[in-house]
Amino acid sequence: MFKRIYAVFRARNLEFLRDRGTLSWNIVLPFALMFGLSFIFSGDRPQYTVGILQPADANPQPFMETRYVEFVAVDDETAGLRKVARHQLDLLVSFTPPARYWVNPDSARGYFAELALLQAGTTGPLTKVSIQGEAVRYVDWVLPGILAMNMMFSCLFGVGYVVVRYRKNGFLKRLRATPLRAIEFAIAQVASRLVLIIAITVLVYAGTSWLLDTRMDGSYFALFAVALLGCVTLISLGLLIAARVTSEELAGGLLNLAAWPMMLLSGVWYSLESASEWVRQLANAFPLTHVLSAARAIMLDGATLGEVLPQLLVLALMSAAFLGIAAGIFRWRAT
Amino acid sequence: MAAILQARHLRKEYPRVVAVDDVSFEVAEGICFGLLGPNGAGKTTTVEIIEGVTPATSGEVYYCGRPADARFREEAGIQFQNTALQDHITVLETLQMFQALYDRHADLEHIIAECSLRDLLHRDNRKLSGGQRQRLLLAVALVNEPRIVFLDEPTTGLDPQARRNFWELVNRIREDGTTIILTTHYMDEAQILCDEIAIMDAGRIIAIGNPTELLHRQYSNAIVELPLADVKGKLSISHKVLETQGLIEIATDDVNAVLQQLSQQAVGLNRLRIRQPNLEDLFLDLTGHSLRA
Repeated sequence: MFKRIYAVFRARNLEFLRDRGTLSWNIVLPFALMFGLSFIFSGDRPQYTVGILQPADANPQPFMETRYVEFVAVDDETAGLRKVARHQLDLLVSFTPPARYWVNPDSARGYFAELALLQAGTTGPLTKVSIQGEAVRYVDWVLPGILAMNMMFSCLFGVGYVVVRYRKNGFLKRLRATPLRAIEFAIAQVASRLVLIIAITVLVYAGTSWLLDTRMDGSYFALFAVALLGCVTLISLGLLIAARVTSEELAGGLLNLAAWPMMLLSGVWYSLESASEWVRQLANAFPLTHVLSAARAIMLDGATLGEVLPQLLVLALMSAAFLGIAAGIFRWRAT
Repeated sequence: MAAILQARHLRKEYPRVVAVDDVSFEVAEGICFGLLGPNGAGKTTTVEIIEGVTPATSGEVYYCGRPADARFREEAGIQFQNTALQDHITVLETLQMFQALYDRHADLEHIIAECSLRDLLHRDNRKLSGGQRQRLLLAVALVNEPRIVFLDEPTTGLDPQARRNFWELVNRIREDGTTIILTTHYMDEAQILCDEIAIMDAGRIIAIGNPTELLHRQYSNAIVELPLADVKGKLSISHKVLETQGLIEIATDDVNAVLQQLSQQAVGLNRLRIRQPNLEDLFLDLTGHSLRA
């Protein structure tokens, strides 16, 4: 019995070890994740987030030296005030004369941030303005993230794996012998997965909304448009990753390479507002960041379709690029 | 009859091997043309170059007198040696999906009847037997009412009955006027189905023509076969003698003389067999090794 087990064990090991792409990937991925995460989350994490209304005062302010406070530049006063009202910013401060600060009296973190500001003092007189508003529940904030994450995994793996399997078992080669073109195959895959994922996402959203009474300040049509375009972009990315790969294990590695950074850095679980500049820039390269930014703007801030147009344009450009490159480099055969 | 297909100086090089080496032939419309050779002879690579799924290193393929293009793809039906179909999809759904990829449509009912798929229409592809699966793959190759059909080793792995059924099916398709390009390493299959054959070995065509004419051209004799075990000691005979697979084969144009010599050497003749040379003999003579090697 052990002889047989060993024979199969050995053959499988050889198969794995000789698949250089998969082997390398299995070693590289955990290293990359560990180094990436340790780099991103290195140092003491700030405890409070304070918005500084721009343009900032040229005089150095002692409060800006306070430890454990993340200072975020805020260009738009209205948007900053909305964040204070919703407890997304603990304070909003304008040091430009006449100096003022805005705080939500219902926010415990706002209370402590205000104490730190007053203790540090300012170079001139400072006026307090109170703003009322309910905190955005974490469940309201995280719902778009969870829906988008589910969408992302389904798009990437649902398309990527299937295409590689079709290639390996010769089904793609058979299709190649018909008048079907690569771009037609790619569009069919996008459309097929799109219908399924959108249906599932709508179902999950409706159920969650009904059970948890989640917040929806914008239009359902705008949210649907974001979900639709986001799905197309993520499916196109799945197709691009699977365009030439012939091993399911390597495809899995590459799909994880695309999925995990998005899950960690696109703002699925936490806001990127306090992340360093380079992390925010890096996150902008991920389609999921734009999907989430647009979806949260619609659901939590009541943004219109026009207001999320920049995110939609980025997603449309990414989709066109991913799909075009995937069709261009597409490989029908395994060998 | 005009050539429907012409292959001109096809060559396919891989880093360490030349799989197809200057292969040229043409196929008249309406015939069954066989590419015959052992595994690794370059048959599949040759047809896949013609089908457009494998790029040639050099050479050209002409369909109806013009370089093979979109029209060829539309009018060709192809059955690969190994093709997986989609899981959880039925036979009927498979046929409908493939038919939708073409502008030309055959009568699906006719194909279903021709390929004996009527009772299998709602069966999942995964639950088909080897013979049923081959019939479905042939049906898939026919959904666009092709003028030319490529069948790559279509009966490999089938039991003898399933093979014979498949041959009948191929004959019916040819009778409808469809050109068939068949690759096979079964010489009986080639001899039964093909009007013309090209024998390939090591990437090259070593003989081409009508199977009967090729045999007549090469042989004017018969072959006397004896089990090796029936020949005690060394056989002394004035004819060409070959030992192969436990048999002694004596090629002769004078069977009576051979029988007389064997009797004189007290060789038992109870298991003796006299037969005409076949394609396997031809292959052996041309290459020096067996077709099934």
